[in-house]
Amino acid sequence: MYEILEKEVLAPTIKKLKVKAPLIAKKTEPGNFIILRVDEKGERIPLTVADYERETGIISIIFQEVGYSTKLLGKMDKGDYIQDIVGPLGHHIEMEGYNKVVLLGGGSGTALLYPKVRGFYEQGAEVISITGARTKNLIILEDELNEYSDRVYIATDDGSYGHHGFVTEILKDLLEDEDDIDLVVAIGPVPMMKAVADMTEEYGIETIVSLNTIMVDGTGMCGACRVTVGGERKFTCVDGPAFDAHQVDFEELMNRLNFYQNEEDLVHYKEVEEDN
Amino acid sequence: MAFQKTKTPMREQEPEERIKNFDEVPFGYSDQEAVVEAERCLQCEHQPCVEGCPVHVPIPQFIQAILDGDVVEANQIIKSKNNLPAVCGRVCPQEEQCEKVCVMGIKNEPVAIGRLERYVADYNMEAGTDKSSPAELEKMAIPELEGKKVAVIGAGPAGLTAAADLAKYGFDVTIFEALHDTGGVLRYGIPEFRLPKDIVDREVEAIKDLGVEIRLNVVVGKTMTVDELFEQGYEAMFIGVGAGLPRFLNIPGENLNGVYSANEFLTRVNLMKAFKYPEYKTPVVVGDKVAVVGAGNVAMDSARTAKRLGAEDVYIVYRRASEQMPARSEEIHHAEEEGIEFKLLNNPVAIHGKDGRVNKMECFKMKLGEKDDSGRRRPLPIDDSNWMLDVDTVIIAIGQNPNPLLTSNTKDIETKSWGGIKVNEDQETSRKGVYAGGDVVTGAATVIKAMGAGKTAAENIKNDLLNKSKK
Repeated sequence: MYEILEKEVLAPTIKKLKVKAPLIAKKTEPGNFIILRVDEKGERIPLTVADYERETGIISIIFQEVGYSTKLLGKMDKGDYIQDIVGPLGHHIEMEGYNKVVLLGGGSGTALLYPKVRGFYEQGAEVISITGARTKNLIILEDELNEYSDRVYIATDDGSYGHHGFVTEILKDLLEDEDDIDLVVAIGPVPMMKAVADMTEEYGIETIVSLNTIMVDGTGMCGACRVTVGGERKFTCVDGPAFDAHQVDFEELMNRLNFYQNEEDLVHYKEVEEDN
Repeated sequence: MAFQKTKTPMREQEPEERIKNFDEVPFGYSDQEAVVEAERCLQCEHQPCVEGCPVHVPIPQFIQAILDGDVVEANQIIKSKNNLPAVCGRVCPQEEQCEKVCVMGIKNEPVAIGRLERYVADYNMEAGTDKSSPAELEKMAIPELEGKKVAVIGAGPAGLTAAADLAKYGFDVTIFEALHDTGGVLRYGIPEFRLPKDIVDREVEAIKDLGVEIRLNVVVGKTMTVDELFEQGYEAMFIGVGAGLPRFLNIPGENLNGVYSANEFLTRVNLMKAFKYPEYKTPVVVGDKVAVVGAGNVAMDSARTAKRLGAEDVYIVYRRASEQMPARSEEIHHAEEEGIEFKLLNNPVAIHGKDGRVNKMECFKMKLGEKDDSGRRRPLPIDDSNWMLDVDTVIIAIGQNPNPLLTSNTKDIETKSWGGIKVNEDQETSRKGVYAGGDVVTGAATVIKAMGAGKTAAENIKNDLLNKSKK
């Protein structure tokens, strides 16, 4: 059992929990994820470790409430216990050797982006962060991004804050104006990552995306998370979760992410609504 | 009195009933049936059955104890060699082992050793007498080893067996398990209707009672490393992390929705209890027409599970012929009874889909040619014989490779080209003090072989550390 030490509501459906998990805190590097099970009957769901403190043994997880399990997790409070957490899983991102990095986060993807922003910044790279959301109150971690970035750009779909439009439009301008960017990292909804990949490919800039696929065990056992990268089958859990964006088959990924949509819609959402 | 030539039958759920539930199929022997069957044992002096058993259970002795009316003693006799009797009585391929060499079996059916083992284990679980007796434990305990720490990685059959024996020797044993529950393949792989999970729980409890600590949610290689375990004072280690990496066919369409590895399908249903969805929150999508590719025990488990989840037509698609199917004949028989259709001598070459979901599997008809390396006649495609099987779900059950997560993150443990850990006859790896056994060494094999390896490793760890402490 893993105790929740702190809870913070970052946006109406985006929450942050600080959890005591010393073994995981000791080993996590930016890009690693954990798998958790909220309770005895819960699913195993993968979540990126947003932050970790090695000395105190605390990890932070930030998640958007999108399905049954994340909603249930969102209802938990300080002092509650999460049934199971295992990790750190997946490969961390290699950060050395880059001078100027642009990192884009869409929606709750910004939570996944943040540890990489911090990592690159602490490595000494020039860091440009771009975060976007539908509207102003869904913009998260602005202060944290400011602390660990040389520049931060914000975009909202409705223009209520920052640039009126998409994060990719800001990226486009940067790519046009600055020719010394040597890496782009994009984390967010699949269409956004695909759009970034298509754009940076034209400019020939190395680009990394971090994929959030369906997983069960997270240790290479089930293959539910398989994706096609460069024509080869890869398991997101053990080969990823970060991959070369220009090699990922996004169409297939999108299709696979939708496989359990009916089950989510029919049962999970209904149950949560009934509880509310 | 003339003896009974055939095994005493074991009553079981009728096929038309059992395909609607996940309850165990056979009911087990009654006291009376067990005695009738026990009487068939010839108590031969050279005891070939004991040699046929990978962990050398004193079979005639435990059968004699049943006849003597002392089923508690029978259990102690089994437990002196086998730490998981209720599991083995159910899932061991006795027909390949003890029962294969049974003298009664030369002219008649062999003694139903597996069914008797199951009877003894169940009887004692029910009576609460399933733990090893203090007298039995005293026999194995070695005072010099007390308090020495040994780590076991993986709580499957190999790890549990090794841990139990190590604890009996007196070691301070900790099992590190990656999943959130114990049992390994007994938990995530073998379905409830073949091995009820409360039986697994009970066996694990008995092992914990020996003083074994089990730490769940620890992936050795990620959460902790082998080096760190040594630094923490563990003097030896046993790796039994199984063969968890699913093989795929490498044919077009395998990433369509509706295509599962057997591992994913069975893990969802067994470990995550998707058969109780939505009470348990992990879903599993099973269509009306399910093709299971492969014909081993895992394939039979997948097919029978799909049937129970409501699939109308379930096919076993296998490129070889009936006599070459690797599954136990009992499982094939059960599958047939439950209406699973066998499409033998058919090799899938492509999976086709519509709107991202499987709708057809394309197969080539095959014929048998000369014998191949495995000693089985090689299946050869028949020209222009491809045809389409209408399906909405495909489950790939063609085997698993060892999971590389631990070995790829650990120095000095040599592996074979296909990923299996190399060991010597003592089950020791290329790294001193690190032993391994079970599927991670052999590739996917049987529960009892893994247990045998765990036992051998435990004994050698004992000898090794005993020698060290005497120096």
